[in-house]
Amino acid sequence: MAVNDTLEGTHKIIESAREQESRINPLAPTVNDFNQELTTLNLGPTHPATHGIFQNILQMDGERIISGVPTIGYIHRAFEKIAERRPFYQITPLTDRMNYCSSPINNMGWHMTVEKLLGVEVPKRAQYIRVILMELARITDHLICNGILGVDTGAFTGFLYLMDEREKVYEIYEEVSGARLTTNMGRVGGMERDFSDVAIAKLRAWLKTFPAVMREFEAMFNRNRIFMDRIVDVGAISAERALNYGFTGPNLRAAGVDYDVRVMNPYSSYQDFDFEIPVGTKGDTYDRFMVRNEEIWQSLRIIEQALENLPQGPYHADAPHFYLPPKQAVYQNMEALIYHFKIVMGEIDAPVGEVYHSVEGGNGELGFYLVSDGGRTPYRLHFRRPCFIYYQAYTEMVVGQTLSDAIVTLSSMNVIAGELDA
Amino acid sequence: MADQNESIPAQEQAAAQDPAAQQNAQLLALLHRLFGEAAFTDVEQPYGLLTATTTREQIHGIIEGLQKDEELQLNFLTTMCGMHFPEKKDQELGMVYHLHSLTRNIRLRLKIFFPIADPVAPTLTDLYSAANWMEREAFDFYGIIFPGHPNLIRILNVEDMDYHPMRKEYALEDGTREDKTDLFFGR
Repeated sequence: MAVNDTLEGTHKIIESAREQESRINPLAPTVNDFNQELTTLNLGPTHPATHGIFQNILQMDGERIISGVPTIGYIHRAFEKIAERRPFYQITPLTDRMNYCSSPINNMGWHMTVEKLLGVEVPKRAQYIRVILMELARITDHLICNGILGVDTGAFTGFLYLMDEREKVYEIYEEVSGARLTTNMGRVGGMERDFSDVAIAKLRAWLKTFPAVMREFEAMFNRNRIFMDRIVDVGAISAERALNYGFTGPNLRAAGVDYDVRVMNPYSSYQDFDFEIPVGTKGDTYDRFMVRNEEIWQSLRIIEQALENLPQGPYHADAPHFYLPPKQAVYQNMEALIYHFKIVMGEIDAPVGEVYHSVEGGNGELGFYLVSDGGRTPYRLHFRRPCFIYYQAYTEMVVGQTLSDAIVTLSSMNVIAGELDA
Repeated sequence: MADQNESIPAQEQAAAQDPAAQQNAQLLALLHRLFGEAAFTDVEQPYGLLTATTTREQIHGIIEGLQKDEELQLNFLTTMCGMHFPEKKDQELGMVYHLHSLTRNIRLRLKIFFPIADPVAPTLTDLYSAANWMEREAFDFYGIIFPGHPNLIRILNVEDMDYHPMRKEYALEDGTREDKTDLFFGR
């Protein structure tokens, strides 16, 4: 009896000590715990929730994450090295395959960089067409990210609704460029072809039907109790740390910094449009989700304005030395054939110099640093890939949280393996 | 240095017309005031972005000073990457830093060059967490070593690779292939 009493007292002391410990430091090894075992868990490279091929080796105490080591490079294709041996037009397919959820943005960003280097002035109509395509790409990027965040929290329906809409956007791409995923869109100096009537009709029809689907998706998720329990206050990062980690795009805006390349350094006539930058407060997963949702609405606004005010005129610059002529013209007139040959054979005389141009990609500031030595290929091309830079912070964001929190944090960061590794 | 002296009046003329050039002139004056004129050589403005070359001994101090400077607030490391110029004697390897002030929207490009026999550059990981993987990338592709880096291992290539593939002496493709010629295409 007395022994039992003493034991009970001891147990109480140990329990209160443990409580105190866990209040001070949730990750501290518990007092007198002989049964504590750390588990090493491989999250990836082919785990379905990583949405790509990268690995996180997590050290776990129960289901809490103590530390993590990310391993990347599984889909590295040496784009920067390949680009040093390719003329400008042949680099476009490489940019397609970086962030494959929003290929047009990469294409346009690359063409704008080359135009900046060559000093090509793009006509207004081509700029507006580019804006429409870039915003469509941003919408599809965010649709995939938010839809899959739903899947990772166990809600599959919303994802199916959104994928249906993404397919419709891909049909618009098809009308414009002939391709769906890796679009290889645009030309140096404008667009490969003008918006056809069919493309405009499809775009208008989609603009009519999409908002209802988006509203339905938001009604299903935004205030959903289960969903919010899973993602509110999960994977938060402060604005200061986010800036130090080089966050850009929706992830930085969710942390409360309203940095947007489209507003700060407008390109392709973005200054003509009226749109807002959604900003979060806490930088957690819920904020990232909401910021992306709101950006979809803002992108729709931009597309509607661009379509409303689409100027008449040429859809490409009058720069025969750089603009790859349409195939039909190559068959029919001699100049086009000659220029086509010269451009394909890489006889573009690029000026010597270096240029940095950045666009607001789906994940943040997508920058191209191009060093030209006057040759037909870049001397050095460096892609500033937003994923590569902000994925470093992932470990810091998930330490101290559970495995399921790590999964939704990863989904909401929208890490695209192709862009991560290039 | 002679080129630089000749181009100063031209720069002043351009600054009078172009707001970007004006901003760059102010930025350059500030940089000279903070770190001394000797710290920067080869000052250029390609496509409106102020570019300056400095030395690897000074780069850490300069970037730290810019980060803490309240007037400029150049406190965002946009990107950094390595470079290789085999024909530059004792300046073969280089690092390029792009800094950005999000409050004042000023961009600055800084470069350092050092010999390939001594590929050492100071680490910025104590200033920017973002520098961690960028420096690992530079080490991976160019073999630049950053003393003080917490975890300087390869990042995109396999660990047991024994060369640094982005250096210019390595061809893009297998040199033993006979079915591909360099004649017309970049192969």
